[in-house]
Amino acid sequence: MEMIAPEDQRTAQSAATAKSEDALLDISLGPHHPSTHGVFRMDVVLDGERVVKLKPVFGYLHRNHEKIAESVSYLASMPYTDRLDYMCSLTNNWAYALTVEKLAGIQVPERAEYIRVITAELTRLQNHASTIGFLMQEMGASGTPLMYAFREREIILDLFESLTGSRMMSNYMRFGGCRVDLPYGWLKQTEKVVAEFPRFLDEFERLLSSNEILLARTQGVGVLSKKLAIQGGITGPMLRASGVNYDIRKVDKYGIYDRFDFRVPIGEHGDVYDRFMIRLLEMRESLKILTQALRDITAGPIMDTKTKIRGFRPKAGEAYGRIESPKGELGFFLISDGSPQPYRYRVRPPSLINLTVLEDMCLGASVADTVVIFGTVDIVLGEVDR
Amino acid sequence: MNLEKIKSDIEAAVPGCNVQIVVNGSPSGQHSLLLERQHVFEIAKFLQDDSELHLDYCSNVTGVDWLDTETSEKVKVQRLVDGVEQEVEEIRKTRSPGYLEAVYHLYSMEKKHGPLVLRQRTENRTDQINLPSLTPIWRSAEFQEREIFDLYGIIFEGHPDLRRILMWDEFEDHPMRKDYIEPNDYEYEPTPHDAVLEKSMQH
Repeated sequence: MEMIAPEDQRTAQSAATAKSEDALLDISLGPHHPSTHGVFRMDVVLDGERVVKLKPVFGYLHRNHEKIAESVSYLASMPYTDRLDYMCSLTNNWAYALTVEKLAGIQVPERAEYIRVITAELTRLQNHASTIGFLMQEMGASGTPLMYAFREREIILDLFESLTGSRMMSNYMRFGGCRVDLPYGWLKQTEKVVAEFPRFLDEFERLLSSNEILLARTQGVGVLSKKLAIQGGITGPMLRASGVNYDIRKVDKYGIYDRFDFRVPIGEHGDVYDRFMIRLLEMRESLKILTQALRDITAGPIMDTKTKIRGFRPKAGEAYGRIESPKGELGFFLISDGSPQPYRYRVRPPSLINLTVLEDMCLGASVADTVVIFGTVDIVLGEVDR
Repeated sequence: MNLEKIKSDIEAAVPGCNVQIVVNGSPSGQHSLLLERQHVFEIAKFLQDDSELHLDYCSNVTGVDWLDTETSEKVKVQRLVDGVEQEVEEIRKTRSPGYLEAVYHLYSMEKKHGPLVLRQRTENRTDQINLPSLTPIWRSAEFQEREIFDLYGIIFEGHPDLRRILMWDEFEDHPMRKDYIEPNDYEYEPTPHDAVLEKSMQH
């Protein structure tokens, strides 16, 4: 193969640009491409290898979850929320339960709050670990980092299975508490998992964060400015990587998050590397919360006894509740008209809204980088399409 | 958030606008502001730029479909019955037209407060269904307003890219509306009967 000097390459590129329109190439990336995390498609216009236009296309998994939820009782939507973001069903449960509790003014007993925090932070651990694994897969590190992450994820999913009866589709939380109490020995087992998790994190960090190829592929790629991040409604690790200090656990202090001592990691550049590092650091903070919660959890009831499970009818009105799910702000908006079904049931999906700025981040990037940038948004199509 | 104060601030900043407070009966206590469509854009701009409120983050945008409502009340009327004037109870029905509604939940990332709930309503559910888009102010509304357009059929004026987002482009109806009837394509049911047959009669 003939070697081309960088200067010649640049001239060749600008010649291609000069030809303008007919040099542009329209391609459709997805919907069955392995890097699109499900059935997601991007209409990309390329100038050589550079992206000049990118339009995301969704809806392949659309089943109108909101319409279905409006035709059944409040509780009947609880198992369906598992299927939104199927990586983190326990946080979905929590967001929905929290909103209904706001709507009907239900108090949650203390032990249930602790269980919620513990399960939510475990969910965050397994979600961030596998997101990083998938990200590495998309950079070409085929298999190994992903399998390392999945090994740890499976340990956490085993805990979920022993608690809720299912690895992923937990259907665990109820309005005013949780469905069942912790099984015998669960706390001890969780303590063991939490104590061993830092070893995996250290290994993962040593393996990845100073890897030369990873640095070359991630630093300065897909930069998202602070201003655009706020304007575009970006939430979660992606927002914090752009340098905005906004974590709903700190802002709203929902549940009992005001009792724990933890920090919010903030990025500086807003590039892919920052988004990757934020997730690693957040896992360490989650471990801190978990250690405190496992230490402080008290005995007591797990359900509010005054809440009716059958024939549950909140007073007419509306409520918007939100939590910090691993992917960003997961919100539910409910309008009640006093009947057993919600009049309006709305999910505010972080995955969908975080895709708003995908085009802005990808403009000028190569196709290979587009895949990596897309990977750091961290989406699940079950939630994007609903 | 003190809605009364925000309301008077808005009315001072945007002359001639009429803002109503919509009371929310649930324990959540999230009351909202109902805006007139002529002034929505200026009000939104004010809410974003005001140094005290600084609502820089539009979290959630959603549509709500309110059907035509019929309220009936019993009225006592004087009427001739068999040649004698008597007081008769009569049921009088009043129809109020339905409308589509767009609801916005605003927060401030800098001041860390919220939510402020804004609502804007269309004239009716059939032909006057245009509302001003707030995407030029908060970009996070871009996909969500597209979704409302797709599922509820509200046309957002000034939206940069108003296309269907979840349903396919050739789809004609708006499935989240309360009076939406599912299509009649029972591929799995060669001979419709009972409930299925009844449903297919509606078309």
